[in-house]
Amino acid sequence: MHELSICQSLVDQVEQIALSHGAKSVASVNLKIGPLSGIEPTLMQHAYPYASAGTLAAESTLVIELAPLIVRCEICGAETEAQPNCLVCGVCGDYHTKLVSGDEMTLMRVELITLEARNDV
Amino acid sequence: MCNTCGCNITRGNQSFAHKVVNGTTAVAVLDNLLAKNNDQATHNRQHFDKHRLLVINLMSSPGSGKTALLEATIDAFRNEYRIGVIEGDLETENDAERIRIKGVPAYQITTGTACHLDAHMVHDALHQFPLETLDLLFIENVGNLVCPASFDLGQHRNVILLSVTEGDDKPAKYPVMFRAANLLLVTKSDLLPVLDDFSLERAELNLRKLSSIAPIKLLSARRNLNLQAWLDWLSSELAQQRERIRRGETVWPQLEPDSVHSHVETI
Ligand SMILES: Nc1nc2c(ncn2[C@@H]2O[C@H](COP(=O)(O)OP(=O)(O)OP(=O)(O)O)[C@@H](O)[C@H]2O)c(=O)[nH]1
Ligand SMILES: [Mg+2]
Ligand SMILES: [Zn+2]
Ligand SMILES: [Zn+2]
Repeated sequence: MHELSICQSLVDQVEQIALSHGAKSVASVNLKIGPLSGIEPTLMQHAYPYASAGTLAAESTLVIELAPLIVRCEICGAETEAQPNCLVCGVCGDYHTKLVSGDEMTLMRVELITLEARNDV
Repeated sequence: MCNTCGCNITRGNQSFAHKVVNGTTAVAVLDNLLAKNNDQATHNRQHFDKHRLLVINLMSSPGSGKTALLEATIDAFRNEYRIGVIEGDLETENDAERIRIKGVPAYQITTGTACHLDAHMVHDALHQFPLETLDLLFIENVGNLVCPASFDLGQHRNVILLSVTEGDDKPAKYPVMFRAANLLLVTKSDLLPVLDDFSLERAELNLRKLSSIAPIKLLSARRNLNLQAWLDWLSSELAQQRERIRRGETVWPQLEPDSVHSHVETI
């Protein structure tokens, strides 16, 4: 279960961003995770409240966008969707392919709360 | 400008950065979640290259024979190369002691609850080593087919072990790990006669389906069967590493041979 340690370093990173923007707290954190990143999105969601407790990100929501798994064939040039344990070309079936998308683990965006919430009536 | 969060990374992002709406600010980041580990790994790799070392990360499930392979390798290379070993386990000094008995420097990292080594742990360990006196440094990772795959340690090559008793379907079940292999060693080949369902062809097919071009070698460390192919691979990798260092280049294990990077930073 390495998701907890990844979550902890994510929260550190997010707190640094919040501090450098003088934010009061963090509203949301957006990640993009691919099926070959080695990170399990559900484990990440479970770990997030523990990792963020007591930090500026404590009340924030973690939003995980799943990246598609796409390979490009070095033989026929086709770009096709693939499965984590079957990355062969969807057109010609060759295994000489390169990953176009699918191993990302990226912090995309952070939404910060910078002002007092207004008491609109 | 905000350099801490990287929101100035591309022109395209800048329109999204710092948009203030109703007291909230959206900041585009686009940073790898393991950026800190990867920076440390890059630093480690610079240490290794400075000392003309080839560093190999050994990964497998618990008990596939990583330490047994190291013992056999140390014996075989006794008069050829100077070897060092960093051992990673949750608990015990057992593996480091097995290596030290062979007369080779070994440093044990006990991770406690962490199921993998990371670049910071390896950095602490490597400063305990006489790196300048070594040719080959092996890092035996924690026995685990999941977590270690995500953490770059600064190694040049990943060697993954699959013992015949684990079954030939493991590359299909643990694609993230097996995709990271620069070499797959199928170990404990002496046990094949008593197993009726392990097929080397199927193991290879499962690896190729991960779009891996890694060579596969079958061997037994305990019975000294077919070790030569592994030893030859190591010698050839060491020669290539020294050639890269001569040209001021280094290599990442995850990338194909065409993605050689030059680095000019000093440590
Ligand atoms: N028959 C046979 N047994 C082996 C071979 N290699 C290792 N073993 C046995 O497998 C068991 C585990 O071997 P280790 O070398 O400790 O495995 P490991 O991968 O280092 O284990 P961890 O560090 O605990 O993950 C031991 O009992 C070894 O004697 C082999 O080639 N043939
Ligand atoms: Mg061991
Ligand atoms: Zn094709
Ligand atoms: Zn250092």
